[in-house]
Amino acid sequence: MNALLVQGSQMLLVLALAPLLTGWVRKVKARLLRRRGASVWQPYRDLLRLLRKEAVVADSASWLFRVAPYLIFSAIWVAAALVPTFAINLIFSWSADLIAIVALLGSARFFLALAGLDVGTSFGGIGASREMMIAPLAEPAMIMIVFTLSLLAGSTQLSSIVAYMIGPEVGLRISVAMSLVALVMVALAENARIPVDNPATHLELTMVHEAMVLEYSGRHLAMIEAAASLKLLLYVSLIAAIFTPWGMAAAGQGLGHYLVGGVAYLGKLAAGGFLLALFETSIAKMRVFRVSQFLSAALMLGLLAVLLLFVSRNL
Amino acid sequence: MNGLGLYFDVAHLLAGGLVLVSFMMLYQFRMYALLNFYAVHALVLSASVAWQALIQGAPHLYVTAGIALVFKALIIPVALHRIVQRLGIHRTIETVVGIGPTMLAGMGLVALSIGVMLPVTGSADILAREDLAFALAVILLGLLMMVSRHNAVSQVVGFMSLENGLVLAATGAKGMPLVVEISVAFSVLIAFIVIGIFLFRIRERFDTVDVQALDSFRGERR
Amino acid sequence: MSHEELGLWLVRAVLLVPALSACLLALIPGYRLSARLNMLASLATLAAAAALFRVRPTPGAFLIVDDVNVVFIVLNTFVGFTTSVFSASYIAHELEVGRLTPVSLRFYHAMYQALMAAMNLALVANNVGLMWVAVEIATLTTVLMVGIYRTHAALEAAWKYFILGSVGIGLALFGTIIVYMASRSVVGEGLDAMAWTVLVRHAPAFDPALLNLAFVFLLLGYGTKVGLAPLHAWLPDAHAEGPTPISAVLSGLLLNVALFALLRFRMVMAGNAEALAPGPLMVTMGLSSLLFAGFMLYRRHDIKRLFAYSSIEHMGIITFAFGMGGPLANFAGLLHMTMHSLTKSAIFFAVGHVAQAKGTQRLSEIRGLTVSHPVLGWALLLGVFAIAGMPPLGVFMSEFLVVSSTFARQPLLAIPLVAGLLLAFGALLWQAVGIAFGEPQGESRPVHASTVPLWAHLALVLMAGVYVPGPIVRWFQHVAALLG
Repeated sequence: MNALLVQGSQMLLVLALAPLLTGWVRKVKARLLRRRGASVWQPYRDLLRLLRKEAVVADSASWLFRVAPYLIFSAIWVAAALVPTFAINLIFSWSADLIAIVALLGSARFFLALAGLDVGTSFGGIGASREMMIAPLAEPAMIMIVFTLSLLAGSTQLSSIVAYMIGPEVGLRISVAMSLVALVMVALAENARIPVDNPATHLELTMVHEAMVLEYSGRHLAMIEAAASLKLLLYVSLIAAIFTPWGMAAAGQGLGHYLVGGVAYLGKLAAGGFLLALFETSIAKMRVFRVSQFLSAALMLGLLAVLLLFVSRNL
Repeated sequence: MNGLGLYFDVAHLLAGGLVLVSFMMLYQFRMYALLNFYAVHALVLSASVAWQALIQGAPHLYVTAGIALVFKALIIPVALHRIVQRLGIHRTIETVVGIGPTMLAGMGLVALSIGVMLPVTGSADILAREDLAFALAVILLGLLMMVSRHNAVSQVVGFMSLENGLVLAATGAKGMPLVVEISVAFSVLIAFIVIGIFLFRIRERFDTVDVQALDSFRGERR
Repeated sequence: MSHEELGLWLVRAVLLVPALSACLLALIPGYRLSARLNMLASLATLAAAAALFRVRPTPGAFLIVDDVNVVFIVLNTFVGFTTSVFSASYIAHELEVGRLTPVSLRFYHAMYQALMAAMNLALVANNVGLMWVAVEIATLTTVLMVGIYRTHAALEAAWKYFILGSVGIGLALFGTIIVYMASRSVVGEGLDAMAWTVLVRHAPAFDPALLNLAFVFLLLGYGTKVGLAPLHAWLPDAHAEGPTPISAVLSGLLLNVALFALLRFRMVMAGNAEALAPGPLMVTMGLSSLLFAGFMLYRRHDIKRLFAYSSIEHMGIITFAFGMGGPLANFAGLLHMTMHSLTKSAIFFAVGHVAQAKGTQRLSEIRGLTVSHPVLGWALLLGVFAIAGMPPLGVFMSEFLVVSSTFARQPLLAIPLVAGLLLAFGALLWQAVGIAFGEPQGESRPVHASTVPLWAHLALVLMAGVYVPGPIVRWFQHVAALLG
């Protein structure tokens, strides 16, 4: 019962923290650009207002268009809740499989692209087709990263991987460093962050993610926005959990450890958001047609990480 | 983990880093960026050689590391920068095939070198094994760069990265005599090549440093 | 002075005389003097090398003179000397025409001796690393000389040679490193593990897998320098665009030196029972070079490129013979190598003068030489007959030996071999008839050339075809047995 409570609190925690992370990144970016920027709580207000507003749906939209936001939101929420945040070996950790997470994210992406196509506007179509240009490179890259980590840890379960990464066996491995870089690249692409896409604009013809959701409004848009925030949180927690696993509590260690883990997690989120904002302000967006090269570099890094693993100590 | 674990890990990290930088060099489109990455390549090599010198307790290897640091990471890139500037060589790199297929080919080569070296070197110690595997990968990637680039300068950079792989292999083979002499001989060779670009003034005589464009009518064409 | 000391001094002389005279020649401005000095230094080196037949030091960690390499050294220094004689008359003309300046000539002579020193070092090196360094220096010097005319084509040829040669050299170094890895676990760390004598002695204990891998790299690396078929691309250009004495030295000597390096490693391989037999690899590469060059000979339009392809063909035959192995095939390979060096350099001597007389290297503009320049024309014709393998000249003898030893052991392999030989024979005769006979065409200048080295080589080749002195035969047989 207690274990279920901890797991449940993690589910709620990620949901509660996701808009905050988005707001934090926006705030830091604004500060770096010498603007004051909106409050970090602004995303919550946006979501609430969107929920209250009427949802306008295009005439040509089918039922899929209306269902998709909920599907996307739930898939990403489940995925985000499975990633270890402040503790490992929670009650559902058997299902916190990296491949399962990749699959959940993949299905969310699938529905998003379908919804983008559904209305039949040109922007939706462009967005969907670009998303599908990115996906076939980003997903194999992700799978390669999963490969590397699971070959190392001997398991695809996140808890085991994290436990391995805390342990002394890791050592200095070039493969781990490569998969970190590759994961960061994939995360940037998946979250529509700057070198790949610009999350703060609706004006460019180069946009990907925003183009697909252009037709949404009201509660549907709220779901989509919340899902986007959750996805960002998911990737930051994933990177934090795998590559900076310090401070995490093990199962049943008691409240004190959980609190330490929670504080550490908050710190990691803050640091991750800050780094992301710093990176985004210091780099220019690349042309859409360079995105495939960017991602193939990530894929290549992932492949290289797997290959180099075979030269390392234990394998 | 015992002491060897850390020694190995750092050696592994540096050698793997060399392979990674080789890939980054394959990924470059611009001449200056390529030259900068070559400098990084030489820097990683220098660190790797210095680490080997530390592990093996072979002070003479520090000389090789020093050569890599001063000559290859500083003098050569700067000289090539100036040559590119003075001769007005094209700033972009023309490739024979796209970056993507080149990268995939590079992956295949890395897999090949690991697949070839590891089973063969079963008897050797682990440090030398992985060093040789990585060195072969760097060598093959250097070769790939030479065949997949049109410009003479980028071919030279490819050759120099190949040579870095050889130095890595030579230092990885513990206690190999003449390593310093060989690295000096190689540096002379490289210096000649770089001077050669300048002396031959390929740019001055021909419109492009593109080696294919130099194929002239000699009564017979291949 | 004791025997041992004398031998040591002789080896030093073989290395230091050319090295020091390279430095000296770089300082002397007058070309007449430096050409004479060049000859003198080459003669002195030859004398020291010939004396090594009788007196030699015990092998050290770096240098070695044994029954095998002394043959190579003497051949090397001999052709080096005759080429220096030819070069003296050749460059005078180049200077007159203005293709070379006095400054580049000074450079040329210095580089010539530096090349000789590097090749001799590669031959007497006992340490495989030292041998590699020497081959690298030899490559560098020849690159500089190939590009000496500074024309568009010469620079391209030099560049191509440079890049391909460097890659070959790099691969050879990787092979050398792996050989060291193999020997380190048996011999222990240090200089001994790279000494060739030690390698041969301990070869049976080496890890065969490592040796196999090493040999593949060595074959690719040094094979590039030998000019074997898939890796030959630099060779025709480098031969065609450089000064003709350099073409003679490249073809007659440098290819041999690279082959010698390959042979040394082949002996190590042969010593290990479990390692891959190096023979089939060498046989394949040799045959493919022979057949490839045989076809290419027909389509040549440039006289120096024609003979460059002929060099590829003959290196193929020699590699084939050494690949077959065994006393008879090795003997044939050695003999063929000697004959090829002598004949090919003689041909290049003639070609150099012909190109000067006609002012061109294009085959279509060189016609009726026997009419316009009888001495040169007939000498060239004789040389081509020799290199094509006409009896009773020396090349015929050695080719016959290669073929008969192949028939005795692998009759099937003899078919492509004979086909390749006939192919090349036909091509060379066809081209030679065009050059030598018919109506003279184009410009025709008188040449005041010394044809002594040319005739000396041809006489030796003829003599070898008719009668080889007993001691030489015995010596070659002994070396062939050593080569395994």
